[in-house]
Amino acid sequence: MRQPDGSSSMLTTRVDAMLRWVRKNSLWPLPFGTACCAIEFMSVVSSHYDLARFGAEVVRFSPRQSDLMIVAGTITDKMAPVVKRIYDQMAEPKYVISMGACACTGGFYRAYHVVQGVDEFIPVDVYVPGCPPTPEALMHGVIKLQEMIQNGETQYDRFKHQELDTTA
Amino acid sequence: MTASSTKSSTQLPDAEALLPADAVISSARAADGHTELTVDRSRLLEVLRTLKERPELDCDLLLDICGVDYPRRDQRFEVVYHIASLARDHRFRVKVPISEDDATVPSAYGIWKAADWFEREAYDLFGITFEGHPNLKRILTHGGFHGHALRKDYDPGQRWLLTEEDSMVPAWATEELTDEDHLESQVLNLGPSHPATHGTLRVVVRLEGETISKAECEIGYLHRCFEKMSETHGWNQVIPYTDRLNYCSSMINGVGYALAVEKMLGVEAPPRAQAVRVILSELSRIMDHAVCLGANLVDLGALTNFWYFFQPREEIYGLLEACAGGRLTVSYARVGGLAHDVPADFEERVRYLLDYIPKFVNDVEKLITTNKIFRDRTEGIGVVSPEDAVAWGWTGPCLRASGVPYDVRKAHPYMGYEQYDFDVPVASTGDTYARYLVRMEEMRQSLRIIRQAIDDLPEGPVITDDHHVALPPKEKVYTEMEALIWHFKLIYEGIHVPKGDAYSFTEGANGELGYYIVSDGSGHPYRLKVRPPCFAIFQAFPHILEGHMVPDAIAILGSLNIIAGELDR
Repeated sequence: MRQPDGSSSMLTTRVDAMLRWVRKNSLWPLPFGTACCAIEFMSVVSSHYDLARFGAEVVRFSPRQSDLMIVAGTITDKMAPVVKRIYDQMAEPKYVISMGACACTGGFYRAYHVVQGVDEFIPVDVYVPGCPPTPEALMHGVIKLQEMIQNGETQYDRFKHQELDTTA
Repeated sequence: MTASSTKSSTQLPDAEALLPADAVISSARAADGHTELTVDRSRLLEVLRTLKERPELDCDLLLDICGVDYPRRDQRFEVVYHIASLARDHRFRVKVPISEDDATVPSAYGIWKAADWFEREAYDLFGITFEGHPNLKRILTHGGFHGHALRKDYDPGQRWLLTEEDSMVPAWATEELTDEDHLESQVLNLGPSHPATHGTLRVVVRLEGETISKAECEIGYLHRCFEKMSETHGWNQVIPYTDRLNYCSSMINGVGYALAVEKMLGVEAPPRAQAVRVILSELSRIMDHAVCLGANLVDLGALTNFWYFFQPREEIYGLLEACAGGRLTVSYARVGGLAHDVPADFEERVRYLLDYIPKFVNDVEKLITTNKIFRDRTEGIGVVSPEDAVAWGWTGPCLRASGVPYDVRKAHPYMGYEQYDFDVPVASTGDTYARYLVRMEEMRQSLRIIRQAIDDLPEGPVITDDHHVALPPKEKVYTEMEALIWHFKLIYEGIHVPKGDAYSFTEGANGELGYYIVSDGSGHPYRLKVRPPCFAIFQAFPHILEGHMVPDAIAILGSLNIIAGELDR
């Protein structure tokens, strides 16, 4: 890097640390919004709370273009194959935030048609409690995920080698 | 475009004399204002047709069809129809008892098109077959589901998993076209996870070139078993569930439910609670319309308006949070009043909102109402005639956009709406643009109501002092024996709602929100059926689509304001 006085300086780092830093600050969320939580998610990306401050405002509805799936709302047995399919279509590295009590555990819908937590079929990195969570809580979840990405603690980091082995 | 609704109040005719002889097993005037008819199923269609066609009865609006399960009766199931007349003020409840071995009823689809999805729902959840229904299959649960979930002997703990192979594909979507132009035809699937559906809806369309020639909707992706869950919860514990029906205006649902239970109990909330309910319900209506219009406009490419509408929403959320502690799902209403009193600065904050909101409404109005792009995309698109709208069971802003001035707040005032001066906006063209105009004007009318309500906000308690219904104040529980006993009994046994049934209806943000409640006298509902306004509106959607293009479908869908939580329950 060239300094104002004309001299040059260098930044040394490891490639993966650099990549993590880049990834954590440019999360592109795919809002898998089904219910009430999706309305709160809209508030989070709107001007008042403005998720852009954390580099995560580029909302993409295409799984090919996003790397963070925010499951916002109740997932029913009818919806489950759709969630799984969209998760599978996302390119790696990919992360999942489970927003709200329903996505985390089924919430207070404990009956015949409701999935008791999306972690029944997709790996979840951050669980955000609340019914629905306040915008602050979701932002806390995003910041937490950024920390986990920086420290290499996400589900993706944990299982990437394993998955490579199985495909090889 | 604003017109006051006129109400022609007529004396209820002697129904039995007008109906076919001997067709009615019993008839009675129910406490909730309905005329209740019990009919044998062999005469059902005859009775229903007379109700609709006889000019003295003139029941043009079929509101709801639902099943109720009574396992101990000889005739185990009861199919309940709720029918209303728009021109005359009367309402009928028709009950048809049927046995389990032969759970079949003739379909009312030929009389009212509105019967379509309601019958499918009763088939799905109770296993009642409707003979003559054009497309009788499961609607809320999925293709891999076994059993009928709302039967009393269905174990709510069991789940059935769906694989992708079982997901719905309409038969017509897979059939080969033999016609020589078939190269132009293709099947397109929208949803259930699609940015323009704003919820979990799925539409399958067949395109001839760019024109939609056939469409079918699939719903139930957010069927959260609300009705089953409420059967195991106390009367007040149901309120948090009602908040999550139409989550854009949760206060209205909670209030509607509380009113229904109050009607059965014969108690009334104190004046202050009524006024606060009106204020918060109308603010919720504004929020609901703001989300609907904002999302509709985003789909049409007008993103700015979305931000304009979300800013006042945040302010309203602030007020709701101060009152109830929750932003979106407030759980503020209680049977008999409100959970607790409003904060000290309530009046000040409401007045601030009254000044703050119109600015945003006006900004959007300036940007959109005369905007050529918007008008080109919405005028003449998705036209619904008044006759069709009524036949499909439409209510609310969508019905009024078609020119029928029916608003529950005017036609059957509740919660003191008769004392407020407001107009019911009506448009005549019934297209997407008309639905936009009606919602914009309704936001202004809601502000008018709020201004009147806040001007004479009564003082006093916010919950009834009937301790069969509401807990006594905590300080009394600690100091008085009697209050302690009331507290104990209410916590342990819950509210005892008298045995019987009632249908109570209020004006939700999307239309008539009805609760049909059956009580067996115990501490929780025996059966709770919600009549969600979206459900009737959305069943017409595939029929509206025919002849339109895919971009029109997106514009129409947004203007109908389909909220999945309420649609699927």
